[in-house]
Amino acid sequence: MTLPFWILAVLTLAGGVAAITLPRLVHCALALTVAFAGLAGLYLNLGAEFVGLAQLLVYVGAIAILIVFAILLTRGGEGTEDHVFSPHGVAGGVIALAVFAVLAWASETSGVAGMQAVSSAAPANTMQQIGLALMQRYVLPLEVIALMLTAAMIGAVVLALREKRTANAQNPAQRPEIRA
Amino acid sequence: MTPLAGCLLVSALLFSVGLAGALTRRSAILVLAGIELMLNAANLNFIAFWRFGPHPEMLTGVIFVIFSIAVAAAEAAVGLALILALYRHAQTSDVSEITEMQG
Repeated sequence: MTLPFWILAVLTLAGGVAAITLPRLVHCALALTVAFAGLAGLYLNLGAEFVGLAQLLVYVGAIAILIVFAILLTRGGEGTEDHVFSPHGVAGGVIALAVFAVLAWASETSGVAGMQAVSSAAPANTMQQIGLALMQRYVLPLEVIALMLTAAMIGAVVLALREKRTANAQNPAQRPEIRA
Repeated sequence: MTPLAGCLLVSALLFSVGLAGALTRRSAILVLAGIELMLNAANLNFIAFWRFGPHPEMLTGVIFVIFSIAVAAAEAAVGLALILALYRHAQTSDVSEITEMQG
């Protein structure tokens, strides 16, 4: 493996570990953004330009902002939490370690890890081929995804709005707080 | 170590980190962040198998990752809206304090 790959991998993993261990939620969101950006770099390093840029656009651009908004709206940004990890945190860590052991064992013993690239250079002109594939072979999944994104957007708006109205009706003093 | 093995190792590590975050953190937002990390680890596997697999010109892995990113974005939007609704309902986003449906 090349050096840039390992630098990006270490950056991604460090961001991921920091995102789940830091006590303050805003710091976690920042570390998560670093992990997403590192993954975008890994995609670019592997020759998937479109996916790398889509990752930057969707994760670093949109989802990170969404997570920061959620943290601030739930007042998670205030102070340090006393109990960061759940009471069963040790069991969760052990389960995660076991899952990693199984995954590493599977990838070592299955034989796929020995597979080499057909050509050392990444396939050229993939952007145009992706566009053609999306418009021809995968046009039905694309439409289904479009429908699903619309439904998810409407669902998110409905979920975020409904409770607020009832909360405001019960407690009018809460309204300026939410706006601020 | 072949390039594909390196990718698989990084992906497995990232998946375990995400799983540990989803299982151990109390904040519902970070549980969602852990799930996002796991989805991203799966995406890295798709890209690695596309790049080092026998038919990179078929673009299956890339197309799958594009759809997977769209699904993850929808999941994050709905999940965070659910956390907001839950916070307004229970005044907390701590998953270990929300025990109304606990058996």
